[in-house]
Amino acid sequence: MSEAQGPEPRPAPRGGDLVRRHRLSTRLWHWLNALTLLIMLMSGLMIFNAHPRLYWGHYGADPDHAWLELGEHRDVAFPGWMTLPSHYSLADARLWHLAFAWVLAWGLLVYLLWSLANRHIARDLHVTRAEWRPSHIWHDAKEHAALRFPAGAAALRYNVLQKLAYCTVLFLLLPLIIATGLAMSPGMDAAWPLLVDLFGGRQSARSLHFLAMVGLVAFFAAHIAMVVLAGPVNEVRAMITGWYRLPKERR
Amino acid sequence: MSAFSRRGVLAGGAGLLVSACDRLNQSSGVRGLLQGAADLHLPAQRLITGRDALAREFAESQMSPQFRANGNTAPDDPLYRRHAESGFVQWALRVDGLVRHPLDLPLAALQAIPQRTQITRHDCVEGWSAIGQWQGPQLGTVLALAGLLPAAKYAVFHCADGFSGVPYYESIDLIDAFHPQTILAWRINGAPLPEAHGAPLRLRVERQLGYKHAKYVMRIELRSTLAGLYGGKGGYWEDSSGYQWYAGI
Repeated sequence: MSEAQGPEPRPAPRGGDLVRRHRLSTRLWHWLNALTLLIMLMSGLMIFNAHPRLYWGHYGADPDHAWLELGEHRDVAFPGWMTLPSHYSLADARLWHLAFAWVLAWGLLVYLLWSLANRHIARDLHVTRAEWRPSHIWHDAKEHAALRFPAGAAALRYNVLQKLAYCTVLFLLLPLIIATGLAMSPGMDAAWPLLVDLFGGRQSARSLHFLAMVGLVAFFAAHIAMVVLAGPVNEVRAMITGWYRLPKERR
Repeated sequence: MSAFSRRGVLAGGAGLLVSACDRLNQSSGVRGLLQGAADLHLPAQRLITGRDALAREFAESQMSPQFRANGNTAPDDPLYRRHAESGFVQWALRVDGLVRHPLDLPLAALQAIPQRTQITRHDCVEGWSAIGQWQGPQLGTVLALAGLLPAAKYAVFHCADGFSGVPYYESIDLIDAFHPQTILAWRINGAPLPEAHGAPLRLRVERQLGYKHAKYVMRIELRSTLAGLYGGKGGYWEDSSGYQWYAGI
């Protein structure tokens, strides 16, 4: 490789090097979205407390069969320390939930478009054909189970389980929770009747909204566990400043 | 070190989060921002929805086996009780305010003008839904009979029920008032409204949540503004608990 002008060819980074890890768009959206999802979760649990029963189909109320029922009526399903506000107020919870719904939906849309434009999706999130091989996924799962995480240059890229988890959140759970949220709005159902029919009715949309929440909470638990296991200071610094110290290669 | 046990730290952290959240919830600046976002829902939905876009109508086979009654189910107002006991034969709906011809419409008159029958989904703000069949004249027909004055902007529904002595009322703007599915229902599932569902007359405003569907409607008042009426927010739940006036979401 001869480059008469231009920068010196850089050697491949090794364990212990500081590298640029996360783009500005990813860092901004990550923290905005973390705050938004916390508010959506806490206010959503309060809204759920107003009628802690879930149904399938177009209709569902007290006389009908519920596939899930938590606690009795009002503030028993989820205790006050989990909800926003901590005392029973459906009106206040809806005020928070429906205000931050704007941030969630537009934030995701802007982030996905930005990530398309700066090739974050194509370079970092796209699961390659080689990575889809069951043997590769199985190997990665075993490494995770043994808490052996990629080190050195291999840690520059997301591993396949990481990609699958992020893609599930970005392209499945978040769009699903936004779309099912919209499908619960009687005004939106008049505007876009196909949306609520896609989910099999308003009560089905409400059930799927709840299940998508469960999926996001499960992702959050796994995400935090991985951050803690992989070195929380380094991981959190990378998500704030963008700079990440590559883990040293194992000997 | 028991004071710094892990459980203690977690509980303390959760406690701090809860009190921080509650303090933010009470802050007038924060509430102003949140209300600003809530105020976007009406224009945003109107932007993407045709003025006359219809709420989904269902087949009879899709109706709830039992339609849950909610809110008040037996008003104790003495005048209402007298009407209820006599089968509402002496009762009349008053239409007044900013109209050319104030009206008193007995039930028989409301039943004699053209009727609309619709099977729609009722969505409570709490989260449940019930599907039922409603029949009655379109509100638009009744308002046309009264003839609106140009200053009229809102239809206010004064009700016979209330909570702890505070009367129930609701209001909608004229776009929803003249929507084809906005009717004054005197029938549910083929039978006259039972008292629990708002006899003799309840509003159906199908693109909004249940608390807008005023029961026991006694009087419709046309107004230019909602200010100066009770708490000024256009409805009982809006005034008493801070629910949003626009309930399309």
